[in-house]
Amino acid sequence: MNKSCNCGEKTSELDGILSKYEKDKSNLIQILNEVQEYYGYVPTKAQEEISKYLNIEMAEIYGVITFYSRFTLKPKGKYNIAVCLGTACFVKGSEKLLDTAKEALKIKEGETTPDGKFSLEATRCIGACGLAPVFTVNNEVYGKATPELMKKVIEEYKNKE
Amino acid sequence: MSDMINLTIDGKQIEVKKGTTILEAAKKASIDIPTLCFLKEINEIGACRMCLVEVEGRRGFVTSCIEKVQEGMVVKTNTKELTEARKIVLDLILSNHQRDCLTCVRNKNCELQKLAEEFGVTGVLYNGKIQSHEKDEKSVSIVRNFNKCVLCGRCVATCKKVQGIGAIDFVNRGFESCVSTVEGKSLADVNCVLCGQCIEACPVGALTEKDSTEVVWEKLRDNDTYVVVQTAPAVRVALGEEFGMEIGTNVTGKMIASLKRLGFDRVFDTNTGADFTIMEEGTEFIDRLNNGGVLPMITSCSPGWINYCEKNYPDQLEHLSSCKSPHTMFGALIKSYFAEINNLDPSKIFVVSVMPCVAKKYEITRDDMSGTGYQDVDAVITTRELARMIKQARIDFKSLEEETFDDPMGEATGAGAIFGTTGGVMEAALRTVAEVVTGDKLENLDFDDVRGKEGIKKARIELAGKEIKVAVASGLANAKKIMDEVRAGTADYQFVEIMACPGGCIMGGGQPIHSSKERAEIDIRKKRADALYSVDERSVIRKSHENPILKKIYKDFLGNPGGHRAHELLHTTFNKQDKYKLINL
Amino acid sequence: MTLEKIKEIRKEKRKELDLRINLNADTKEKHILVCRGTGCTSSKSPKIIENFRKILKEKKIDNVRVIQTGCFGLCAKGPIVIIRPEDTFYAMVTPEDCEEIINTHIIEGKKVERLLCKDVDDKLVERLDELNFYKKQKRIALKNCGIIDPENIEEYIAFDGYKALEKVLTSMSQDDVIKEVTDSGLRGRGGAGFPTGKKWMFTKMAEGDQKYVVCNADEGDPGAFMDRSILEGDPHCVIEAMMIAGYAIGANKGYIYVRAEYPIAVQRFQKAIDQAREYEILGNNIWGTDFSFDLEIRLGAGAFVCGEETALLESIEGRRGQPRLKPPFPANAGLWQKPTLINNVETYANITKIILNGAEWYSSIGTETSKGTKVFALGGNVVNIGLVEVPMGTTLREIVFDIGGGIPNGHNFKVAQTGGPSGGCIPAEHLDTPIDYESLSAIGSMMGSGGLIVMDDTKCMVNLAKFYLGFTVDESCGKCTPCRIGTKRMLEIIEKITRGAGTEEDLENLEKLAINVKNASVCGLGQTAPNPVLSTLKYFRDEYEAHIKDKRCPAGECKALTKITIDPEKCKGCGLCKKQCPVNAIVGEPRKAHKINSAICIKCRACVNNCPFKAIS
Repeated sequence: MNKSCNCGEKTSELDGILSKYEKDKSNLIQILNEVQEYYGYVPTKAQEEISKYLNIEMAEIYGVITFYSRFTLKPKGKYNIAVCLGTACFVKGSEKLLDTAKEALKIKEGETTPDGKFSLEATRCIGACGLAPVFTVNNEVYGKATPELMKKVIEEYKNKE
Repeated sequence: MSDMINLTIDGKQIEVKKGTTILEAAKKASIDIPTLCFLKEINEIGACRMCLVEVEGRRGFVTSCIEKVQEGMVVKTNTKELTEARKIVLDLILSNHQRDCLTCVRNKNCELQKLAEEFGVTGVLYNGKIQSHEKDEKSVSIVRNFNKCVLCGRCVATCKKVQGIGAIDFVNRGFESCVSTVEGKSLADVNCVLCGQCIEACPVGALTEKDSTEVVWEKLRDNDTYVVVQTAPAVRVALGEEFGMEIGTNVTGKMIASLKRLGFDRVFDTNTGADFTIMEEGTEFIDRLNNGGVLPMITSCSPGWINYCEKNYPDQLEHLSSCKSPHTMFGALIKSYFAEINNLDPSKIFVVSVMPCVAKKYEITRDDMSGTGYQDVDAVITTRELARMIKQARIDFKSLEEETFDDPMGEATGAGAIFGTTGGVMEAALRTVAEVVTGDKLENLDFDDVRGKEGIKKARIELAGKEIKVAVASGLANAKKIMDEVRAGTADYQFVEIMACPGGCIMGGGQPIHSSKERAEIDIRKKRADALYSVDERSVIRKSHENPILKKIYKDFLGNPGGHRAHELLHTTFNKQDKYKLINL
Repeated sequence: MTLEKIKEIRKEKRKELDLRINLNADTKEKHILVCRGTGCTSSKSPKIIENFRKILKEKKIDNVRVIQTGCFGLCAKGPIVIIRPEDTFYAMVTPEDCEEIINTHIIEGKKVERLLCKDVDDKLVERLDELNFYKKQKRIALKNCGIIDPENIEEYIAFDGYKALEKVLTSMSQDDVIKEVTDSGLRGRGGAGFPTGKKWMFTKMAEGDQKYVVCNADEGDPGAFMDRSILEGDPHCVIEAMMIAGYAIGANKGYIYVRAEYPIAVQRFQKAIDQAREYEILGNNIWGTDFSFDLEIRLGAGAFVCGEETALLESIEGRRGQPRLKPPFPANAGLWQKPTLINNVETYANITKIILNGAEWYSSIGTETSKGTKVFALGGNVVNIGLVEVPMGTTLREIVFDIGGGIPNGHNFKVAQTGGPSGGCIPAEHLDTPIDYESLSAIGSMMGSGGLIVMDDTKCMVNLAKFYLGFTVDESCGKCTPCRIGTKRMLEIIEKITRGAGTEEDLENLEKLAINVKNASVCGLGQTAPNPVLSTLKYFRDEYEAHIKDKRCPAGECKALTKITIDPEKCKGCGLCKKQCPVNAIVGEPRKAHKINSAICIKCRACVNNCPFKAIS
């Protein structure tokens, strides 16, 4: 999971991302989106490279990263559980799903378990309102969810590698 | 179409120029609309919401610091709704502010405190969670305390737009928003150059200089230490402001008197140091010019600029003159020449520089700033800190009898004085270089082309049939423009003066802080600069190389300008600095 | 590709696809349409498509095609499969059902009854348009959604795609286009309802060597998915409309700002752009005219405030999405300070229809001040969750009860919420309010972008205000004081109230703060953030007061204020609750009525949910 090392392969991957874009400041968010996607977070090293590439000072880049909730500064867990707290899901009791997950994983939203296996986040509407309430584990969507389903799913992933 | 606009503000008809903001127009109607985040031409973002007004026919409140007047506009600035809104905005800001006003360095010079007083705030209604950040005290120049930050953004805009640095920016969002460096690092570990312009911009006590008065007091009270003080040219035309005197008042005599009362053993003038800088720099320039040295040569007396150059143009360091700045040159001379003639042990001498600058606090800690084997200067205090010391000593500054600098190093030239303003170093240098190169006496000593408020000034000067092109830049955003030309090889100047602070040292980060309103209404730079130019005009000697004490020291002690001993004591080296000192990259 | 060639494609494809909209189409082909909107995709519709294709191949059936489409609307019944031309509607289909559908429906020609949908009146429905859900709807913006394959430009062309552009480029002046849009009465569907034609006119009149067209697809209202569905189901109609707008205002470059959280929409829209370029519809000197236009996607990164137009511009330029002060408006100084037209997705989705059918047709739909239709994402405690498009002027009651099928589980309607965190609650007394911009504002809510969340009587209005405020506190950009600190303080007061620690003075202060945050904030986010508080205070002040004075939550949602008790009359002493209780708060002898020690009880409700005699509440 940890792709933050300085080994050549990953750095050249960053170069690969950068070289797709012109050195235009307006590409910052596009680049950050790709970096986030690739590494699972935005490593400091990447911030510095982007800073040099686009000629934007690091404080500004850091300001942009911390403004947009999609960007994170720490790697997420292997399994990222995201509970939708959009209104449709909220009305259908998604808060209870979140509470259940917190209890089961012993972490708060925005945190990662010490073993790096799970992270938990409360997300805005993911657009599956017809299935409300929903949560996702990585890209897998669980609709019409109940606290029992949450418990079951977490147990399943706990037993996975 | 007429260039004038007629409008009504609080029932008063006024006529103002097209393009005027409602805020400015209100001034004309004798209405002082409150502001907090507004900093003229630097930070006009309408974020704090103190300056809201009502405009007839407009839905909602209007941001007066930004909105331009329009023909026939009817503005109200003092309705019940506006007062309530402003009071609530103030209440909210205070609710998230570390309110230790009595023990705050900005007590009585705080724009928030003033507003609270004016609005009769006697308590905070909307109390709740308060932001909590660790204080950044790592840098030797600047202390950040974000628990006092009001998120006005004046420092951010100054750092980014005026200085072109961008060391700090808004981070996070919503209630968690704050002003921060990358990853919340100390200013000491990022691209900050320690110019301190952010301190000047801050309306509250979130940004201050690192206090050095304690150590100075300690040394003053230590009988074993011989404490020498020197004062930069820009200090004397600003110090009076701390005592309620008009901006730009020259208080040289009172300043010297107060320093003597404080107990300094000797009070010297950094202007003399500046004369040495001219001799060394002028010599270096002539040498580069005649012997195919690296050109343009760029001045090196502004430590903020040096930091900037070392962090951003490490490939261009050979353009920098190898001269130390005037006060460190002078410090080295105090610990060598002065110590020698007075039979003093240099290890017992403590040199204090009173500077308009916070970067100087860093400069004295640099490597290669110990020409005598002892640190050239031991402590730097800013104009503000000196004022605090004077106040603490209960000295009635205004009523002091004027005194003069001490011998034997007190006599300086007018050239040294104008070091404090942008263009001054260039002008002083040209006076000397012109006479040395041509061998003729200069008729007109005023080089008007390098004076004035513009951020970048360029001039051509005839020297012995040779045309010399010079450039003067102040403010680092302007320096960047010049440096990009230098790097690209398109700069056709031979000599460049760069000052980190816009307007030069008189506008340094250690100078008395003025409110946004004063900055908008008074040309502080011009008033202080005029005071320095008038010192120059009134000086008997206006050329550094004619300074008798300087001639004597070269003759008796240093040898030739640019010679071996001069190099040992008065020159230094510059090296690449990491722009960011980030761990875990 | 020449215009002639496009016309040819349209003619041929239209014939081929007649079965999509014609029950009596003259064809031996069948098309199995499978919804690939986000909702149905989440419930495995890609697998359904895969299975269908596999089985058809195995069985060597070659007159049946499997087509992915955009959202059909009735998300609650997803994944949805429709077979055309007969328009058979199968609901909640699983990948395992594919075999049976092929065998029974395709091969035997009979309906798979168990997969047919039951309407709210329990009637079995065979065809989509027989559902009550669809009867009161009028599809203009969603016209192609669920009919065409969004990833196939030729299918779009077949159903009059790029015909409006053709009309504009070949027979209309810039002013003609703007006049048509103006006369149609179309107003911005992003929420504020500014007349679209006027906006176009201002941008056209603005001086500038370079102008831009921007599409706001940063659908941030939690619980709204109208724009996403349009982008997923009919991306070309947005491209075409942006091109028409570009022609009208004199712009040759467009940007669409889409949430990165909408991967399917982003990927489909990019595909649509690529195809339009390939067919030389986007590009230079389109169809030999002087008009050139190109389009780029910019991704949002999770900031609600970027739906505010100036914040969106900041974000496109690569910065923190902090709103600019207006004036100047984007029409004069937008992207990179150039004149910029910004409309939202649904607004654009109406344009091509207005151009083709005329302003008069469009303005004949709707009310006096609000013309055309509005798409709503209907969600919450309502039977038919999904996407609906209704003529302006339809009442809330019609949407919630006739289309939405009412409130499930025997509960009563309490409020409908429109406008999301910027809007307000509409109580039962206003159910007959016709949906239009003015009427909704008049009752303290707003049209908003189209989120319409229905809530039943188990919902606490103070808790709801807390939910929305929590959202705005999180999403406030932090630029201006009232929004940055004011919303936080409001939330703190409401939290205090829901904890049972509120005072009457708190309520007064809350109201005063709400009004001032509304008045003094820079942008729409702050100016509307207090609405959920103000509107719940307006209609449900008694609930606030119950929390404060009686320390009671009437709906029983606020945990700190609920007290769980066992009815000794009903309790049989079975002991199940005692076993379930995680904190051992329940005491009692077997076969005797048990008791809950409320000092220990954490109100997890495990006992309530497990009591076989419903004795605990």
